[in-house]
Amino acid sequence: MILVEDKDIVVPGEVLAEGEYFAGRGTFKDETKVCSALVGLVAIRDNKISVLPLQSKYIPKRGDVVIGKITEVRFSMWNVDINSPYSGILPASDVFGREKRDMNKAFDVGDILFMRVVDVDEVKKVKLGLKGRGLGKFRGGILVEITPTKVPRLIGKKGSMINMIKDHTKCEVVVGQNGLVWVKGSPDMERIVEKVIKTIEAEAHTSGLTDRVRDMLNQLLGKEEDSQEEEQFKEELIQ
Amino acid sequence: MITIITNRDLEAKNSKRPDGRAYNEIRPLKIEAGVLERADGSAYLEFGDNKVLAAVYGPREFHIRRFLKPNMAVLRCRYNMAPFSVEDRKRPGPDRRSLEISKLTSEALAPAVFLEKFPRSSIDIFIEVLQAEGGTRCAGITAASVALADAGIPMRDMVVACAAGKANDQVIMDLSEWEDKEGQADVPVAIMPRTGEITLLQMDGQLTKDEFEQALDLAKEGCMKISEEQKKAIKNRYGGD
Amino acid sequence: MQPIVPEITRESVTNLINKGERADGRKLDQYREISLETGVIKKAEGSARVKIGNTQIMIGVKTQIGEPFPDTPNVGVFMTNSELLPMAAPNFEPGPPDERSVELSRVTDRGIREGKIIDLEKMAIIPGKKVWMIFIDMHILDYDGNLLDAAALGAMAALMNAKFPTATVKDDEVVIDHEKLQPLPLNEKAVMCTLAKIGNELVVDPSLEEEGIMGARISIGIRSDGAICSMQKGGERPFEKEEILKAIDIAQEKTKELFKFLPKA
Repeated sequence: MILVEDKDIVVPGEVLAEGEYFAGRGTFKDETKVCSALVGLVAIRDNKISVLPLQSKYIPKRGDVVIGKITEVRFSMWNVDINSPYSGILPASDVFGREKRDMNKAFDVGDILFMRVVDVDEVKKVKLGLKGRGLGKFRGGILVEITPTKVPRLIGKKGSMINMIKDHTKCEVVVGQNGLVWVKGSPDMERIVEKVIKTIEAEAHTSGLTDRVRDMLNQLLGKEEDSQEEEQFKEELIQ
Repeated sequence: MITIITNRDLEAKNSKRPDGRAYNEIRPLKIEAGVLERADGSAYLEFGDNKVLAAVYGPREFHIRRFLKPNMAVLRCRYNMAPFSVEDRKRPGPDRRSLEISKLTSEALAPAVFLEKFPRSSIDIFIEVLQAEGGTRCAGITAASVALADAGIPMRDMVVACAAGKANDQVIMDLSEWEDKEGQADVPVAIMPRTGEITLLQMDGQLTKDEFEQALDLAKEGCMKISEEQKKAIKNRYGGD
Repeated sequence: MQPIVPEITRESVTNLINKGERADGRKLDQYREISLETGVIKKAEGSARVKIGNTQIMIGVKTQIGEPFPDTPNVGVFMTNSELLPMAAPNFEPGPPDERSVELSRVTDRGIREGKIIDLEKMAIIPGKKVWMIFIDMHILDYDGNLLDAAALGAMAALMNAKFPTATVKDDEVVIDHEKLQPLPLNEKAVMCTLAKIGNELVVDPSLEEEGIMGARISIGIRSDGAICSMQKGGERPFEKEEILKAIDIAQEKTKELFKFLPKA
C-alpha cells in the first residue's frame, strides 16, 4: 500500500509505502516499509518510489561537467574547489606536454574553469580534465550559485528553459552540474539573468514556472528598454 | 554580604506544577526551519522559555587527517550556551558540562544519519542556547535534527528528545527549570520516533525501577508530540503550497 | 582562512562600482535592509537582535556586582565580548576569540567607552569596594558582511533596553532588589558607519562579496550630537587623506538614518 502521493513533500523517516515496492533514490527499506531518507518530493513510477531532494550537496560523478575555482597551484597539479564536499585536482599533464611547466601562467588561484570529471575513486578522490569542447578558463562574466538539485530545472526539457533565457538576454550561459552557472553579456543583462536563475531556484518545485519565467524576462527586458530610452532622451536633452 | 530580594522562588513552591501543567503536558513549543543564510541547514526552537538555535555545515571537506574516516563521514557537534542565556552570566567558552552534552548530542544523532554515504568528510552541528529554562540538551537535539534535515542530509529518521522525571513526588513529562533544580529525578531521552529506538539516555536523582519505567514511557510520549512539530517545521519551510 | 574570491567576480563587482552601481542593486551609499528587535532574551537584563542584510547578531547585556578597577574605585565597570560563532560562516572555527573577534569587541567597546555613553559614576555602590559591572556579549549568528555597524547598533539598542535591579546599602551590606528595576544611566547614543574602498569609490555597508574584494575599510563611530567618538581602518590597502574626510561626511549623514532604528528613549 502506498501511503503518499506523487509530489508530496516528505521528511526523513516518513513511511512512504508498505509491501512489494522498490526503494528508489532518496529512500531506504526497513523490512517491508519503504521510508524517505530525505526532505524532498515523492516520485512514484510504477512500483518504484523515490524522493527527489529539495536541498543537496553536489557529489561528483564521472562524466559530469562542472565549474570550479582554482584554490592552489602545486608543482604538477592544481587544486580545484568544485562546490562539493570533495575537491578535485586538475593534473598539469592536461595542459602541458613535455615542455617546461609554468603553472601560474596557465591557471592561477581565483581562476574559474569549465571542466569534466574524469574519474572518482572509491574514497571520492576527484580527477578533473580539460579535454573536450568548450572546456577551459572563463574570462569576464559573473558566477551564480544554485542548489545542484535545481540544475535540471534550470536547463529545462531539452534545454528549453536555458535557451529561452539565452535568447531573450543575448547572454552566454554555461551551467555546471555542480550548481555553478557562468553568465556573460552586458552587465545589465548579466544581472537580469542572475535574478531569473535565482527565481527558478526558489520556485523549482512549482508548476507553470516556464511561463512565469518568460513573463519575468519580458518584464525585466521591457524595463531595460525603457530605462535605456530614458538615458538616450536625457542625453539628447543635454545636447 | 549580599542579600537578594525576589519573588521567584516563592511562586514556584506554592503550586503543584508551578506553571499549571498536567503531569503529561509539554511546554509551549515553536520550531522554525531554515533561519540562517550561510549555514547549510538551520533551525530555531522555542520550548517554554528555552531559545535554541541549531546550524549544520556538511557534508564538507574535512582537513584534520587524524580524525578522517576513510569510509564514512565524521559527525561533530558543539553545544554552547551564550553568556546571557542564564540568570548568572556564564563565562564564554566551553565548560565541562558543554563538552559532555556535545558528545552526547553527537551520539544521539549519529545512529540516524547515513554517514556511510559521505566518506572522508565531516558533518558539523552547532547548537547555541540563547536562553535557558531547563531541558536545553533535549531542545538542542530536537533542533539539530531539524537543521540536519534542512541541510539535505540523508537520515533514517528525525531524532527527537524530551525529558521526564519526578518532582513533588509525581512522575512528570518535560521538566521546567525549577522542576529540574528542585525535583527528585531527571531523565532526558532521545529516540528515533518511527522505531522507538533510544539514542540518548541519562538519569540523575532517585527513582524506583517502576518509576523509572514510567518516566521513560512519559519521555517517549513527549518525544512523539515534539516529533510532529519537527515535521511541520520542515514542511512549512517548503511552502505547503 | 579567508575564502578565495574568483577573479571574474572581483572584476565584475569592481567594474560595476566604478560605474556607480552595486551587484545587489544598491546605491553606493545605501544600507541593506536593517531590522532591530529589543527585549528578546528575558533572562538578560537587556538584549537586542540586529540584522543588516543577512548579517545577524544577538546581543545580551548582563549586570553583576563586582569590584571596581583599582585605579578607578568609584566608577562602575563594563566589558564587551564577541563570539564569531562557527555557525555564522563556513570558515569560522570554534575556539577562543581570534584577532577578528577581538577587534570587533574592542572597536564596539571603544565607541561606547570613549563616547561616554554610559554614566559609569552612577554605577558605584560602595565606593572602592562594590560596583555594578555591565557585560555586553555579542553572539554573531550569521555573517554576511559588515559586522562592525551591526554590532555597534545592536549593542547600543541592548544598552537602551536594559533594566537592572536597584542596589542599596544597609549597615555595610548590599541589598539588591530584583523587584525594583531601573534603566542604565545613559548619557548619549552612538552608532557606527563602515565604508569600503573598492576601485575608485567608497561604498557604505559592504556586503560579504564586497568585503572579499575591498582594498580597505574605514569605520567611524558617531554620537547623536555629531561628535566622532571612534574610528578604525581595516584592510591591507592605504587611504588618501581626502578619502577619509569624505568618509566622515558620508558617515555623519548615514548615521542619522541608523539612529532612527534605536528604541525611543
